[in-house]
Amino acid sequence: MASFKSYLVRRIVLALLVLYFVITITFILSHVVPSDPAELYVGPKATKEQREKAIIELGLDKPLYVQYINYIFGLLKGDLGTSLRAHTPVLHDILVYLPATLEIVVIANIIALFIGILFGTFSALKKDHLEDHLIRFISVGGVSIPSFWFALLTQLIFFGILGILPLDGRLSTETQLFNPIKTITGFYTVDSLLNGNFPAFLDCLRHLILPATVLATYPIGLVTRMVRSMMVEVLNENYIRFAKANGFRENLIYYKYALRNALTPALMALGLSFAYSITGAFLVEVIFSWPGLGTYTVNAILENDYPSILGVTIVGTIFYVAINLLLDILQAYIDPRVRLQ
Amino acid sequence: MKKIISGENEITLRLLAKDKLALFSLAIIVLFILMAIFAPYIAPYPEEGEGKPVPEQRFIPPSIEHPFGTDYLGRDILSRIIFGARISLSVGIFVVICAIFIGTPLGLIAGYYGGKVDEILMRATDVFLSFPSLLFAIALVASLGPGLFNAMLSLAITWWPWYTRLARAQAVSIKEQPFILASKAMGVSGIRIVFKHILPNSLTPIIVQGTMDMSSAILAEAGLSFIGLGAQAPSPEWGLMVSTGRIYLLNYWWFPVFPGLAIFLIALAFNLFGDCLRDILDPKTRKFRGITF
Repeated sequence: MASFKSYLVRRIVLALLVLYFVITITFILSHVVPSDPAELYVGPKATKEQREKAIIELGLDKPLYVQYINYIFGLLKGDLGTSLRAHTPVLHDILVYLPATLEIVVIANIIALFIGILFGTFSALKKDHLEDHLIRFISVGGVSIPSFWFALLTQLIFFGILGILPLDGRLSTETQLFNPIKTITGFYTVDSLLNGNFPAFLDCLRHLILPATVLATYPIGLVTRMVRSMMVEVLNENYIRFAKANGFRENLIYYKYALRNALTPALMALGLSFAYSITGAFLVEVIFSWPGLGTYTVNAILENDYPSILGVTIVGTIFYVAINLLLDILQAYIDPRVRLQ
Repeated sequence: MKKIISGENEITLRLLAKDKLALFSLAIIVLFILMAIFAPYIAPYPEEGEGKPVPEQRFIPPSIEHPFGTDYLGRDILSRIIFGARISLSVGIFVVICAIFIGTPLGLIAGYYGGKVDEILMRATDVFLSFPSLLFAIALVASLGPGLFNAMLSLAITWWPWYTRLARAQAVSIKEQPFILASKAMGVSGIRIVFKHILPNSLTPIIVQGTMDMSSAILAEAGLSFIGLGAQAPSPEWGLMVSTGRIYLLNYWWFPVFPGLAIFLIALAFNLFGDCLRDILDPKTRKFRGITF
């Protein structure tokens, strides 16, 4: 177990290094690059006194290294700065918007994992047949389609033409008025069930279908391809041939013995796709007016509110690094070969 | 007809010529490249393609005169898509070439010299690969100010570490081969070995990766333009066109739909082509489908 421990330490040190690096970059981007942060903070109509007050408030009168130290200590205390638009703490705003994003990201990844493993296994079993080519085309298509465009297409078809799913938003107005959800976790699907509010739950699901499916297309492609290539390799292994020669049932061999060995890369693919989804969700959220971090960030971009943008960058990176760390550790735990590299 | 195949490259070309999917995707790529080069001659309304508004012909549905319809300023959408090919392809080429030029030498040096140099370079690469690149690009552009060039630059900055990893793996596998050992014994300098002997022999996987990255770079840049950080109006950039057309989706669907289709097609073509190339170049997946040797 010694090698596992040293692997753990190495991975955690790397993760901290990444965070430190990103924090330093965001400091440079927020304190050094903009020509006049105080000007942005008070707006163009401010008086000279207001500007000078802002300089002191933002700590811009101090030398750069002092600003840097203050910035890092601020971050350690959870201070991501103040929004230039709303003059509210960035961390507070982010926490308000975060659950909505996590909700579609989690659901999209569950869909992707499920369909990806199914497609990947099927494709490997039918290698070089029509089914395999078709699935390959779908999976390459999934990683090539611009999510924001695909989102518009689904809106056009399922709302505009068929009229069976809502256009955008997280809940319909009727639900908000007559069956409001009491916020507990911020995940509306969970909250509505906890409230015992079944109509609201159904309404949530109806609103979730399109954004979650669109967000899942890229991860589906990714997981499918990883599972397929791993499955193809595993199916050629001697123990699978041995099982076949011994007359084990085919489905037992494929789904129990082969798939289990092909799942480690699926886990890796999931890490990649989860990380992708956090930023991928940005574009999808904008189209579906989904009140998550993406909508928040795009509004911040439009109004040049860079403390908010950098706050999102830091929070996003923390999520990304944490998920990858978790998956790497899990993988090292499952597969001893990883630790020894 | 039997013919002796002279080398690896010829086998690759022959397999490529047999692969229908590869040829199909290559044809799409060539089509887009031709479109970009000859845009002013091909586009039915070159002035509208460059952004000249024609107020009296707003929102004309797809027809013979305007196969993809016209937009909210009355400009022919097909012409704008043809001009947009120039932007998307140059962005893709710029980002991928920058990434290759920064990433490859670092990887080759790390792989060839090993030791401390390797350790430092690879840890730096790990750090770069451990955060979400698109998010980082967003932060970078937001600080530098929105615009096509800044978007391209920030994508290039976040892209190179993949090539460092790839090139390092190549260098590690090549450096123990007899011809490298022989040059070493003859006293050829390290830098010369890296760039004259190892580099030419490690280009194949880098080219495959580059082909697929063309697709990712084009998609990423279209995404940045879509949220307002990339190209600015009146540029015929595809992501920007989808973004402006978005509010007209339910009334004038052709406005956002066709530019997005262009993004999808070019990204699909590069991805499929890269996928086929990898299959052909990787001996493990290589299939000899009735080729005469």
